[in-house]
Amino acid sequence: MATDSGRMTAKGGAMAGFLLRRLLNCLVLVVVATSLAYLLAASALNPRSNYEGRNPPIPPAVVDARLTELNLNDRVPLFERYLTWGRDVLRGDFGKTVAGEPVGDDLGRRAGVTLRLITVGLVLGSLAGVLVGACAAVRQYGTFDRLSTGASFAVLAVPTVVLANILIIAAVSFNELVGAQVLLVSGETTPGLEGGFPARLVDRLQHLILPTLSLSLGLIAVYSRYQRNMMLDVLGADFVRTALAKGLRRRTALARHALRTALIPAVTYFAFTFGALLVGTTFTEKIFGWHGMGEWLVDSISTNDVNTVAAISCFAAFAVLVASLASDLLHAALDPRVRVG
Amino acid sequence: MSERGECPAGAPSRDGHVLRPEPPERAGGARGPRASERAERERRPGRPGAAVRAEPVLRVSDLDVTFGSGTGAVRAVRGVSYEVRPGEVLGIVGESGSGKSVTSLAVMGLLPPHARVTGSVRLTGHEILGAPEKTLAAFRGKTISMVFQDPLSALTPVYRVGDQIAEAVRIHRRVSGEQAARRAVDLLDLVGIPDPARRARAFPHEFSGGMRQRVMIAMAIANDPDVIICDEPTTALDVTIQAQVLEVLKRARRETGAAIVMITHDLGVVAGIADRVLVMYAGRAVEVGPVDEVYYRSRMPYTLGLLGSIPRLDVGGRRPLVPIGGNPPSPAALPPGCPFEPRCPMAVPRCAEAEPPLEEVDAPGHLAACVRAGEIEAGGSPPARVQRAETGGRTAGPAAAPERPARPARDGREVVLAVKDLVKHHPLMKGTLFRRRVGTVRAVDGVSFDVREGETLGLVGESGCGKTTALMEILELARPQGGTITVLGRDTSALGARERMAVRRDMQVVFQDPLASLDPRMTVYDILAEPLRTHGTGDPGPRIRDLLRLVGLDPGHAARYPQDFSGGQRQRVGIARALALEPRLVVLDEPVSALDVSIQAGVINLLEGLKSRLGLSYLFVAHDLAVVRHIADRVAVMYLGRIAETGPVDRVYDSPAHPYTRALLSAIPLPDPERERARRRVLLEGDLPSPADPPSGCRFRTRCPLFKTLDESGRRRCADEEPQVRPFGEDHGVSCHFAERLNVV
Amino acid sequence: MTITDEELAEQRAGLDAVRVPSRLRVVAGRFFASSQGRAGFALLALMFLLAFAGPCLGRWSYTDKDFTAFLRAPSAEHWWGTLQTGADVYAVTLRGMRRSLVVGLLAAVVGTALAAVVGAFAGYFLGWTDRALTWVTDLLLVLPAFLVLAIMSPLFAGGQWPLFVLVLALFLWMVTSKIVRSMTVSLKEREFIQAARFMGVPPVKIIFRHVIPNMSSLLVVDATLNVSAAILTETSLSYFGFGIQPPDVSLGSLIADGAKTAVYAPWTFWFCAGLLIVTVLAVNLVGDSLRDAFDPTARKGRQ
Repeated sequence: MATDSGRMTAKGGAMAGFLLRRLLNCLVLVVVATSLAYLLAASALNPRSNYEGRNPPIPPAVVDARLTELNLNDRVPLFERYLTWGRDVLRGDFGKTVAGEPVGDDLGRRAGVTLRLITVGLVLGSLAGVLVGACAAVRQYGTFDRLSTGASFAVLAVPTVVLANILIIAAVSFNELVGAQVLLVSGETTPGLEGGFPARLVDRLQHLILPTLSLSLGLIAVYSRYQRNMMLDVLGADFVRTALAKGLRRRTALARHALRTALIPAVTYFAFTFGALLVGTTFTEKIFGWHGMGEWLVDSISTNDVNTVAAISCFAAFAVLVASLASDLLHAALDPRVRVG
Repeated sequence: MSERGECPAGAPSRDGHVLRPEPPERAGGARGPRASERAERERRPGRPGAAVRAEPVLRVSDLDVTFGSGTGAVRAVRGVSYEVRPGEVLGIVGESGSGKSVTSLAVMGLLPPHARVTGSVRLTGHEILGAPEKTLAAFRGKTISMVFQDPLSALTPVYRVGDQIAEAVRIHRRVSGEQAARRAVDLLDLVGIPDPARRARAFPHEFSGGMRQRVMIAMAIANDPDVIICDEPTTALDVTIQAQVLEVLKRARRETGAAIVMITHDLGVVAGIADRVLVMYAGRAVEVGPVDEVYYRSRMPYTLGLLGSIPRLDVGGRRPLVPIGGNPPSPAALPPGCPFEPRCPMAVPRCAEAEPPLEEVDAPGHLAACVRAGEIEAGGSPPARVQRAETGGRTAGPAAAPERPARPARDGREVVLAVKDLVKHHPLMKGTLFRRRVGTVRAVDGVSFDVREGETLGLVGESGCGKTTALMEILELARPQGGTITVLGRDTSALGARERMAVRRDMQVVFQDPLASLDPRMTVYDILAEPLRTHGTGDPGPRIRDLLRLVGLDPGHAARYPQDFSGGQRQRVGIARALALEPRLVVLDEPVSALDVSIQAGVINLLEGLKSRLGLSYLFVAHDLAVVRHIADRVAVMYLGRIAETGPVDRVYDSPAHPYTRALLSAIPLPDPERERARRRVLLEGDLPSPADPPSGCRFRTRCPLFKTLDESGRRRCADEEPQVRPFGEDHGVSCHFAERLNVV
Repeated sequence: MTITDEELAEQRAGLDAVRVPSRLRVVAGRFFASSQGRAGFALLALMFLLAFAGPCLGRWSYTDKDFTAFLRAPSAEHWWGTLQTGADVYAVTLRGMRRSLVVGLLAAVVGTALAAVVGAFAGYFLGWTDRALTWVTDLLLVLPAFLVLAIMSPLFAGGQWPLFVLVLALFLWMVTSKIVRSMTVSLKEREFIQAARFMGVPPVKIIFRHVIPNMSSLLVVDATLNVSAAILTETSLSYFGFGIQPPDVSLGSLIADGAKTAVYAPWTFWFCAGLLIVTVLAVNLVGDSLRDAFDPTARKGRQ
């Protein structure tokens, strides 16, 4: 007993050490990635051009002063700007946007918008995808399998930009057909909408339908292919045969033994997708006019907003690393073979 | 040694063909000496509970299984019929691809839907072939259950073992979850899992292979089935664990009174457990009968060939093995006549005309599918002799009957490989995700042995004993973590790059899996050219031709890929590659364990022939002690990273001095039913301890039968003091404090 | 049965000539046996034909502007209609497709080659090589590819599209490289690699002679699927004006323009979108069928 508990503590210590090392490694990755992004953006983007071609022209001294205030002046050596920026970031301040507002405030707001956008789409897409994939695998080469395979191939071949535009075109036609604005194609809410909670909710839903579709269609296709392959791997496994040999019906054996095991990779993948989508819904947001992270990314580059670009990179790096950590933890939680101890 | 040693095992026993009124019954316990064998047989009591005349619980007739359709159709099983009665054990033997596993899956109704199954399977009188799923599910796990080959993948990895057994209980019985869980613990206890209540909460990956197989058996007997089908239940296990599992199966049969269908390729396992045997070849039953009949009075040349081709643990000296020529036919392209005809040394033209039916020979219950069964029976042509004469000319080639050349005494010969106090520890990592070090595996922990010019040292032990690690350390030619390795007089820790290359030239390796050891994307020519080119031969062409001929392959096949060859041929390519640079020392890592028995003999003969012709020295690593006895001059037995015993083969095998060697030898089943029944097994308890945490003192003490008989002070000595290998008679070393007392036990 | 060296060499050469493509032929046979593979291959061939031979048929060049026809529907004069600028949709779409195909193919080949080399070295040598290479892989995974590509887009102007291909490839290899690495780790334990090692073959030679060729099926499939990934990325970047720079056109920039007029001038959107979809679909079908053809055991139950 004594040795057992001793071993447990040692195990716990090793575990903590492992996690600590991993977190440290992540931190270094984030710092390097963010710095790289900052340096790249600071040398390639030209915030000065934002002030050019104005009428009346802005005096160069004013522009210089403004740029220096924002730590964006290309006359200041790059390394010096980097140090200034780095010092601020260490204090938790990502600097100001070209418009002069704190980047941090925008970051929170926009992350919220993106979160509202992707949650429904991701949950819907992955659940439906897993279901479709599992059903397709169980009756491999059956009608449903062929149909779903064909459909997912078709969907996967359509880039989001095209899909989103097709959806908009379809929605416009649909609205014309119905004669009412049922599907709203731009923004998260209708600005200045009057009415109580139900009205606002309906309005939000109307806005949500199209972007959610645009997101989840692709996800369904991806997840169904993925789940189908995982399921096929497991269907031939010996333990499913054992379950049948025990006297379980095929349906029960498949659900209880095959699906449960084949779900692990999908759940793991779910966490990973979540992280990737936090900054990855660029097209959906941009096309449907949601002011989230993705849209911000495109806009910040168009407006030569170096500080914002760096902040987004930092956020994206964190999102990816946290997601991969989360997916590993989920994997460990679901799969006793991977679990520690 | 018994007289039986003199006559090749496969030959019909000369003591004639005793007509027996009924199939012989297996009797437990020790049997009398052979002199009284005949009388003994008449008197043998029927086993209690084995109602000989009872209705069969399982009757399979004309079972046919076809995969695919049209021209690509493969008939994996062709008209197999058998029946088993309550309490009876039927052994089904055959090589890989003979259709034995497909037969059992067809009986259970577990074949994939694209397999077409015809015939009849009657279970306790009910026809279950083609029955609706509901009916089948009600039978499966209740009336008929199954134990699969690979216990690693046969349990669902994400559920606790107790829950999986409880599930089997609850499918067929209306009991509460708690009752089922209690029953699961009882079953685990029954199959000999220590601390069952705690172990029931473990996951399958936390169990060793033997433990998992016990869990499978527990699941199979959960509902007191009438028939248990065991599909190679011990193939993936070590011999001492195999002996335990077979014991558990016997206990399970006693507890449930079930009939057992035992499918295996191991003729030894069948000899020990079966009442009747069915031999399968190319999807058909070619011989059926009571176990003694089939083993001692085989009527089918294939059975004879199989029995003649296995190396025997109990036969000293050099009985040359008799390989069966050729390869098993592909089930997709069967010859028109008897499928064994192309390989049969007794074939006559009418064999090729039509497939002979399975007919009763003049012993009751003994059937054989051979047109010459009558002649074999009458003793007209001593088949084993025919076989030997024929195949010697056909395949063995350079390996024909190696005469042992007179050699200078061992001390006078050069040491080609000397390993002294070799240590290899590696970190034990845990978790695939959070990989971290949790300990140190003491894989090899102070091992010494040497190989002299022209001799074969067999390094044997069960998996995890460190034999492969030791071999890899030698092959690395680097400075070992501890101890020294001297290859051909050169210490590996002091080798420069150039010298290392020179040593590599003289020391070559043959691996276990012939397919894995040959790059599938290279032709045989390129595979053989690689060592030659690496060591600076400009035009390897002529040498390659010679090499292929040397190992008995057609030089015209140089342009083929490894996949185009059969297993035995691939291993010959592997051997040719090892010989390309004319080495002096060849390291063989389980070179025949991946091959079917009928093929294995040919490769063993080849290795023996090459050794004497080319003056090679072999370090032969294997877990199969029978093969080692056959090929090696000296043997070193390893246990948990240490040498347990070392010495000349005959001495170690005939009078083992270490309790582990003795247990290991006694665990190996002999392909000889009489002897198998007469043997007393030393059953080891438990699994191999983890090499990361070996017991203090003597590593074997936790499982040692001798340790149990010692008094307090003796036990303390075993626990405190690690035994070193000490001389025990001439050229015989043993690492046991109490080796002298072994014979007393 | 004695054969002279020449005969053996001849036989070998003769057999090699038959044998080496015979493996290819087996794969090709399986590939073309599936209707999915046939369809994908035919579609892809058609797309290539259209992209490279199609422009010769048309009357207009992609730089031409017909100032008598702005935003016209398809007609005999302009087969697929015209854009707002008067450009011939047929000519610009094919031009864009050609660019997309070339960029996709090149980026995929470069990316997969990079993945193979980095993954194989990391997996074979392990230790510090592995740690360093894995760290670089992780860093590139963490960096938002879109952002870097977008920032660097001004560099791609003025016919510098090969640079674009390189940067695109730089963000395509990481996941494959991780797969290659783990495959190498297990391949390294395979006995034929060990045999080569114990024979004295140098490590780099082992990697290029044994390790990478033995992953060729994975690499071929991956390269194929990377083609569609590269095409999609290129299109998306160009859609926002970050990819192929004017005056060159790509499907992405065309779709971006077309989407604005799609509702009342569908031909400006549907031709380029349709061709893009068909191309990606064809590439995916080919990739998927190739996977099956290389590894028939991966999908069970096929007859």
